[in-house]
This record gives sequence, structure tokens and C-alpha cells, in this order.
Amino acid sequence: MTHRLTAAGAVTASVLVLCAAVPYLAPALDEPFYVIVFARIMIWAIAAVSLNLIMGYGGMISFGHAVYLGIGGYAVAILGFHDITSAWVQLPVAIGLSAVVALVFGVICLRTRGIYFIMITLALAQMVYFLGVSAERYGSDDGLNILWRSDFGTRHFDLEDSVVMYYTIFAVLLGCLLVKWRIVFSRFGMVLRASRSNDTRVQAVGVPTFRYRLVAFVIAGVMCGLAGFLQANLERFVSPDMMNWHRSGELILMTVLGGTSTLFGPVVGAVIFLMLSEILSTVTIHWHLVFGPFLVLVVLFARGGVMGLLGSRDTHD
Amino acid sequence: MDYVLLIEQLLNGFQLGIILFLMAAGLTLVFGIMDLVNLAHGSLFMIGAFVGGTLALATGSFLLGAVLMVPAMFVIGILIETIALRTLYRRSHLDQVLATFGLILFFNEATRLIWGPEGLVIPLPDFLEGTVALGAGITYPLYRVVIIGIGLLVALGLYLLVAKTRFGMLVRAGASNRTMAGALGVNIPVLFTLVFGIGAVLAGLAGLIITPITQAAIGMGEDVLILAFVVIVIGGIGSVRGAFIAAVLTGVIDTMGRSFLDLLLLLVLPANAAEAAGPALSSMLIYILMAGILFFRPQGLFPPRGATAVQ
Repeated sequence: MTHRLTAAGAVTASVLVLCAAVPYLAPALDEPFYVIVFARIMIWAIAAVSLNLIMGYGGMISFGHAVYLGIGGYAVAILGFHDITSAWVQLPVAIGLSAVVALVFGVICLRTRGIYFIMITLALAQMVYFLGVSAERYGSDDGLNILWRSDFGTRHFDLEDSVVMYYTIFAVLLGCLLVKWRIVFSRFGMVLRASRSNDTRVQAVGVPTFRYRLVAFVIAGVMCGLAGFLQANLERFVSPDMMNWHRSGELILMTVLGGTSTLFGPVVGAVIFLMLSEILSTVTIHWHLVFGPFLVLVVLFARGGVMGLLGSRDTHD
Repeated sequence: MDYVLLIEQLLNGFQLGIILFLMAAGLTLVFGIMDLVNLAHGSLFMIGAFVGGTLALATGSFLLGAVLMVPAMFVIGILIETIALRTLYRRSHLDQVLATFGLILFFNEATRLIWGPEGLVIPLPDFLEGTVALGAGITYPLYRVVIIGIGLLVALGLYLLVAKTRFGMLVRAGASNRTMAGALGVNIPVLFTLVFGIGAVLAGLAGLIITPITQAAIGMGEDVLILAFVVIVIGGIGSVRGAFIAAVLTGVIDTMGRSFLDLLLLLVLPANAAEAAGPALSSMLIYILMAGILFFRPQGLFPPRGATAVQ
């Protein structure tokens, strides 16, 4: 890979710089509201990045990925509800629970392919969604408020400080991108990509692809659980709506919009998707009427998403 | 346990199964023949309820509205298929999921624009009110009996259509092996447009007949759609017979679970634990069933003969 400045590289750099600068830029432009908008965008970006690891590189179209947002979020909220606010408990629980759920779901889903895989991930996510709806003790449909953000036990790192919160999210996003980059271009990632192209052939070579796909599925689940952890802390609120299947659909949309099988595409997709929703919803309340067909057209005509159009170089199609 | 309640709930479950079957029948054929993930099938359920309901209110007769809904939904289905879906067949599943997800957003918003956000209430005509005695002290709402009757009739009609006619033979051939059927001279695109139209009518019918009990609301088809997915996964994609059995199974298990699971749990758990676990577990029951069936039979209970479903 040569280090020439491509359009895609320029977009990547400017989006990251923008994300880093927003807490200073937004108040200067007298739009402080955009700090929280960008914090939200980055959380969705983390979730989309995690989805893209299995969808873009492993060909596993999970239509229930938002379920891990809910699991990470509810880990914070339910522990907080029982007066356990220490991040040193909440964070391991959020990560561990996401991993266990992803492992169980993965073992069931990965036995199937194609349409079956899509529908089963959807149905399993829906199962957890209804679990959240039926949990009366934890607010059912109305959700659960979080009084205190996760407490790391030190004054120097306090999530109650909005700047610390913002840059924590930013750092996690960078971390996830780094992890994904390392995974995709490792031997592990090569197996994953190869199994997307032709699973039978990779198995014939003697690689047990099921294990690789399962591990990728669990890593993606944990990353998304982390995004849920951050989302619950940012919003101080969780509800089953976090894992509504519309959220899973939107995650897929962001990923495809930005460009599947590109490292940074999902981040660009999240920025475009959420900014577009933000802007369109102020123009008309019926913005979905325009947005829906727009998405159809993107699918039909802009293959490879925005990063694909810009000639991103790490696509492998 | 009260056996009257038991039988009532059994019938309720059967009725839910009938609604699910009407949804799943079209869906399973669309999946089976064209390998198309159509999330917008739930929108057809909703459109059927709104269009049929409007026709019923305009003509002043629920029956006339229901009859007029059939050609209307057939035309709407064919239009959606030719305009939006036809270009998607050659696309990846991912593209199909996205494009039809976009269609859902569009249809939900279009419905909100046309009929307003509060939905549509369609009163039940007088002659369908009331209850019928089923003997042994069991009375059951007449309208729910009618729903079950309609569903069984449709299932029978669909069975005859698929199993006994030339059209049905072509549909089955398409579901088993689309390429081979096409090579033998079957006009697959036209066949599929017709199948999609029939699927649209069935989904619309399901939406309309449930409306007097619930009401027509935006997004009403989405929960049913996901249940219908569960049904066709259990039944085996492309199989109408599998869809019927799985639909009834799903409907009955879901309804029975919601009514009686906490009582059953009382036998093994302390009261407060059973009370907490009951609703949670019963809402998960059919998904657990699905996961179990898939674990042992990834291609579903009744995959169509010769189908190469799991690739």
C-alpha cells in the first residue's frame, strides 16, 4: 500500500479532526448543541464499525446488532439501579455480558447462511428486545434513568465532566478503529475475508472457519456493547428502543452508506446519516418520505458507498 | 386449571396462527422463488388494513370493503414489485435488506401523510358482533371464529392452487430450482410478479381482518413481519405447508405461553420468582423454539423437495 493522499484518506483525516475539534468549535460557533450531536454520532460510529467487522469483512449480515447496544446500556442502568455505580464493575459486566450473548447467538446463527442468517439474528435480537419490554422492574417500555454516570473512582477521570465524556467516546472510537485495522490485515482477518468469498474452499484448505467467524462475531458484539455502555452514560437513560430492530437496520444503513469493507466507511456513514436526519427533520416532519427512497437509490446506484466513490483503497471486492 | 380458559386460549392461539400464516404464505414463496429478502412485506399488511378500511368506510360495508381490497392489493403488490423490487433480484441480500428497509420508512411516512398519525378505527359490522356457543359451556367471539374460518378457507384454496393447478406446479418448480425452471421455459419474471401480487393480497387480508380487533396503525405490520420470519424459518423457506404448520405452532405456543407459563413456573419456582420470570420467558418462548429447531434442522421442518435452500 502506497502512502499517497487519496480523496478517501482526506475525508478520513478531516472527519477525525472535526470530531476532535467539536468541543472547541461548537461553542465558538455558538452552537453548543453540536457537542452532544457529535458525541452521539461517534457512539453510532463505534457500533457501525463493529458491525462492519463481521458484515463487511466476514459477510455476516447481522440484522440484530443493536441488541449489544442495549446489553451494554442495560448493564450500566441495572447495576446503577441497584446502587452499583463503579465503572470497575459496570464495564466488565457490560463487556462480559455482550461477549456471552454474542457467543450464544453466534453458535446458533453461524450454523446458517444467507437469508436464514439475516432472519435469525433479527429474531434473536427481537427476543432480547421483548425481554427488555417485559422487565417491569426495570421500566419496561419507559426505560430506566441513570442517576450517576459510571464512576472510575478518580477525580482525574470523571465522566460527569462533559469534556471527559466526549473525549472518552472519541478515544474508544479511535481504539476500535485501531483494533479493527489490526484484525482485518492479520492472518485472522485474511481467513475471515476468505471465508466471505468462498467458505467451502477455505474449509477444504483445512481452516476451521466456524471458529474464526464465531470469534469475529464475539469481538464485534463486545465492541458494540462498549458503544452501548457509552450511550447509556452519555444519555443517562436506557430503554428497549435502543435495541429496536429499526436501530439494527439503521446500523446497516450507516455502514453501507459509508462503504462496507472499508475501515473508515462506517464512521463516514454515521456522520452522514445522523447529520442528514438532524437537518432533514428540521425541514419537514415527513422527512422519512424523502429519506427512504434516497436510501433505495444509494443502494441501487452508489455501490461501495461514499468511501467506494472516493476510491478508498482497502476495499477487497 | 380452568379448561374453558384453556380452550379459549387455544383458539386465540390458533387465530394468531392464521394471521401469521396469511403473512408467511406470501413471504415464503417470495423468499423461496426469488431469494429476495422483502422487509416491506409488513408494509403490505399495513397498507391492506388502511386501504381496506378506507374502502369499507367509503362504501359503508365492511364486507364490500374487504372484497374491493383484494383487487386493490393485487394491483398495489404488482406495482411495488415492478417498480421497486424487480431490480433487486440480482443484488446481494445486503442490498435487498437495505432497499426494502428504505421502502418501510417510505410507506410508514406515506401512510402518516395520507391517513394522519392517529391511524384508523374500523368498527365491526353488527352481524359479526356477539359470541357463539361452542358447546360444553364455552362461548367464543363470533368474529374470531370467522377469522379462523377465513384463514382455513384461504389455506385450503392456496393448497389447491399450489398442489393441483398448473400455475402451482410452476410455482413449486420455481421454489425448488429457479434456474432449471427458467431453462425449461417457465417465464419466471411473470410468474413471480403474480406470486407477489397474491402475497400482497394475503398480507393485506391479514391486516384488514385484524383491524376491527386492534385498529389500523402505522407500523402495525412490523411485529407481525418478524413473527412471520420466525414462522418461515421454522417451516422451511419456500414451503406453504411448512408455513401453515409452523404458523399454527407459533401462534399457539406464543399465546399459551403468555397465559399459562407463569402458572407452570409456579410448580417449580417460588411465587415471586415465577411472577418475574413468567412474562419474560413467555415473550422469548417462540424464539427459543426457533433456535432449537434451527440447531437440529437448519433448513427448517419442511423444506421444499429438492430445494437448495441453505447455501
